[in-house]
Amino acid sequence: MMDMLKTENLCFSYPAKEGEESVPVLKNINLTIERGSLVAILGHNGSGKSTLAKQFNAVWLPSGGKVWVGQYDTANEAVLMEIRRRVGMVFQNPDNQIVANVVEEDVAFAPENLGVPTEEIRQRVDAALAAVGMSDFAKHAPHLLSGGQKQRIAIAGVIAMEPECIVLDEATAMLDPRGRRDVLETVCHLNKEKKITIIMITHHMEETEIADRLIVMNKGEVYLDGAPREIFQQVNELRKIGLTVPETVKLLYDLRQDGVDVPLDAISVDECADAICAALKK
Amino acid sequence: MLKDITLGQYFPGNTLAHRLDPRTKLMMVVIYIIALFCAKSFVSYGILALFLFISVKISKVGFKSLIKGMKPLIIILIFTAILNMFYTPGREIASFWVFTLTVEGIWSAVFMVIRITLLIMGTFLMTYTTSPIALTDAIENLLNPLKKIYVPVHELAMMMSIALRFIPTLIEEADKIISAQKARGADFETGNIFRRAKAMVPILVPLFISAFRRADELATAMECRCYCGGEGRTKLHVLRYQKRDLLCILLTTVITITVVIVSRFGY
Repeated sequence: MMDMLKTENLCFSYPAKEGEESVPVLKNINLTIERGSLVAILGHNGSGKSTLAKQFNAVWLPSGGKVWVGQYDTANEAVLMEIRRRVGMVFQNPDNQIVANVVEEDVAFAPENLGVPTEEIRQRVDAALAAVGMSDFAKHAPHLLSGGQKQRIAIAGVIAMEPECIVLDEATAMLDPRGRRDVLETVCHLNKEKKITIIMITHHMEETEIADRLIVMNKGEVYLDGAPREIFQQVNELRKIGLTVPETVKLLYDLRQDGVDVPLDAISVDECADAICAALKK
Repeated sequence: MLKDITLGQYFPGNTLAHRLDPRTKLMMVVIYIIALFCAKSFVSYGILALFLFISVKISKVGFKSLIKGMKPLIIILIFTAILNMFYTPGREIASFWVFTLTVEGIWSAVFMVIRITLLIMGTFLMTYTTSPIALTDAIENLLNPLKKIYVPVHELAMMMSIALRFIPTLIEEADKIISAQKARGADFETGNIFRRAKAMVPILVPLFISAFRRADELATAMECRCYCGGEGRTKLHVLRYQKRDLLCILLTTVITITVVIVSRFGY
């Protein structure tokens, strides 16, 4: 089967103002995202992670190299709608991506644009709202919902397109802890149940625990790439670019530094506690 | 202070007035306005007032809220009444300085007040019983033929509905900015009208900047959801005329014709 997304020597710089050097934001990125995977992309502000995300559905086009969505080249304008239909995008601020003033009308926006027949729009809207657990709010006004609920509506709006991949561009950054948890649960559910490929852009280390694969970006380059457990063990590398590791890993790392024999790959609190207990028994 | 902005006020309900197709209501209001301008006597105004009265009763909106909506317009009403009273030529009753009070003037002032009151109440009844989004849909649908002469009907309707969608968001934001500026010692409550107007600048500037940023983000989000204009779009809610819509339009038309005939004979 074909890969969901693929970048080949992707380079990108924003259009420069007159008389200024254009600064490269993405440098030579080669990535392959498999179908059905849940990938987290982590990095600091200015690491190029959001810019990379916007390459995936042709909001920005590469200045050099290629981006492939399935068999489609994003630089080919003739297939723009095909690409956008396959790769949905959820942005940071939920207020700025909700179009209509009734929840169900907003969820229906994408299928309406695609010219889906009315009866099918109804089915898609109901299914999308059920998938994010917001069916009870179909007739509500979006501005009266909480941040987490609004963001779930935004996700439903993308699901209604029936995409193969959803890119969440710091979609949890403006939410309170509860809203963040709700959104992450929704995302996990979509990945497991509906087999939708998920790409999560974030700067919260904790959120990346749910991912199958973690890509760390630094200064426009892929800095680390692998399973979250492996990457968290590279504490020194992460600290070098100013990223913190989860508290659990930090504790285990400090213990190891002091000569206690504990593994580094226990990420959750329970795993961490078990590891420490096991080490104490020795 | 911004909470009481009521644009496109809508009282949800499930009466016949609410269930009517928004296009029907829009057309009824247009026909009703034509009838109002044809009416010339107490009898014809009476017919229209009765029609409005029954419609309001059916809608269960309540006259109180209708009259409340009239309040800001009272000044205009009084002003037109005075102008009509003194500047209509005819039999003179009294005269002082440049003003001349005439019999015809008093009559035309009375009729003008009745006409404007009925007109405003009628249109308010429509906006009170129709959700803004339904109204936008209706306008888009009714103006569709204009697309042939390159009027961007879909774009206008889309702009209207997005504007309506962002009113509460921007009000919320304005409230936040006001609180933030107050926290820094800004004073909005004292001073004369010019000082107060000047005090609004630190609210408006950030509000405008943020509105532009929002617009930019929204445009990207809409493109990401495959928006590319009105061509080939379908709808979740398709407007369909029912039997009752036809009946209501017919009724309004019959009333208008009656009014025209009655006015013709001078009643």
